[in-house]
Amino acid sequence: MSQIGTDRVKRGMAEMQKGGVIMDVVNAEQAKIAEEAGAVAVMALERVPADIRAAGGVARMADPTIVEEVMNAVSIPVMAKARIGHIVEARVLEAMGVDYIDESEVLTPADELYHINKRDYTVPFVCGCRNLGEAVRRIGEGASMLRTKGEPGTGNIVEAVRHMREVQKQIKEVTNMAEDELMVYAKENGASYEVLLEIRESGRLPVVNFAAGGIATPADAALMMQLGADGVFVGSGIFKSDNPERFARSIVEATTHYDDYKLIGELSKGLGTAMPGLEMSTLTDSDRMQDRSE
Amino acid sequence: MLKIGVLGLQGAFREHKHSIESCGQEALIVKKKEQLDEVDGLIIPGGESTTMRRLIDRYDFFEALQEFGKSGKPIFGTCAGLILLASEINGQSHAHLGLMDMVVERNAFGRQRESFETKLEVKGVAEDFEAVFIRAPHIVNVKEDTEVLATYDGQIVAAQQGHYLAAAFHPELTDDHRLTQYFIELVKKSKLKLAAQ
Repeated sequence: MSQIGTDRVKRGMAEMQKGGVIMDVVNAEQAKIAEEAGAVAVMALERVPADIRAAGGVARMADPTIVEEVMNAVSIPVMAKARIGHIVEARVLEAMGVDYIDESEVLTPADELYHINKRDYTVPFVCGCRNLGEAVRRIGEGASMLRTKGEPGTGNIVEAVRHMREVQKQIKEVTNMAEDELMVYAKENGASYEVLLEIRESGRLPVVNFAAGGIATPADAALMMQLGADGVFVGSGIFKSDNPERFARSIVEATTHYDDYKLIGELSKGLGTAMPGLEMSTLTDSDRMQDRSE
Repeated sequence: MLKIGVLGLQGAFREHKHSIESCGQEALIVKKKEQLDEVDGLIIPGGESTTMRRLIDRYDFFEALQEFGKSGKPIFGTCAGLILLASEINGQSHAHLGLMDMVVERNAFGRQRESFETKLEVKGVAEDFEAVFIRAPHIVNVKEDTEVLATYDGQIVAAQQGHYLAAAFHPELTDDHRLTQYFIELVKKSKLKLAAQ
């Protein structure tokens, strides 16, 4: 008797990605560069977040041709993004055999109230979070992996740092709480009591939590690892830089050896220009992807 | 007490460390090749084999790992670790460490949606081992001196050749530490043998 799509199988898949870098790619050629550089997985997209931001309008699931092209090009796992709450986009990606679905605020949400019930799917999901309440709600809906939301496509690490710090701080709070304080905490944060209890017992999230949204340099990746990330997503940071091959390789190395400062210094020498960055105060409320759906 | 290393370049190394410690032994996450001198046996964890291989090369681990195995110290490869140990990989012109005589097939059970868990009989270990398979490889064939420890659906999923042990599934993802304990016994024996030489 064997079972597919169990929590252990879905969460376990993300465990295997730990300490690694997942890179956004838009075609087979970029996917091969990412694999060659040592990425643990690629995210197949029609446009990287910086271009989605620039293009405006409604951002949807990628053309399946692109996803298929990337799946055929590499042997590492392939992830793809579905709009928040878009049950059908997610089912289409699952039917295509995508290895992980990102229910992502980078795309325009299809449902402003409900996320997808991810327990219904055999394929595992990753979702973004800015704090423990969001993290626990997503786990409750069946997410098998989390990532910070950060602010995608900005090349500015400040929001990813804020979100990672917030989640870590709240885990510490929960760990130190008496059991009777936990229910009020659950109420105030809109978080499932059972999942909070599990976090309180183990002192950590029950799924891996990667950093995402604004990582542009090897030092950014290492910073997120030091703040407690299990791994790193790099969206626009690689293929919007001067030298994608070198940026990709260097970010992979800095993620593995995040506390070897001499090495990170070497990796950063003459790397060329990182992706163009955006200051948060220049974004209007509607530019902020992280505020989409909580 | 024994000191068991877990190759810590990428993947599920923390879970293996936990499993070793649950068996009452000391675990060391190996990130630099010099650390191999400190350990009596080594686990190569699950993760992405292509990624791990690139990091092995970049940090000059390749020869050090081969020497470690050839000196008689036990190595246990799980999933990606099994692929790294194999002498031949179907569809690829180059294998990696090539320490175990076996041909392996990557992603042999399909993509992530086909990943599964099941109860397995593992010879000398358990009749009902909880085995989690994630984009798992299987072993296509082994040499005569290699013992097949487990099969699933007619395919070889665990094997042992002398002091090398390989499993296509992930013993570190469950609380079932019996396979880790089996490896620890292997390390114990080899340590006594190496000390006698």
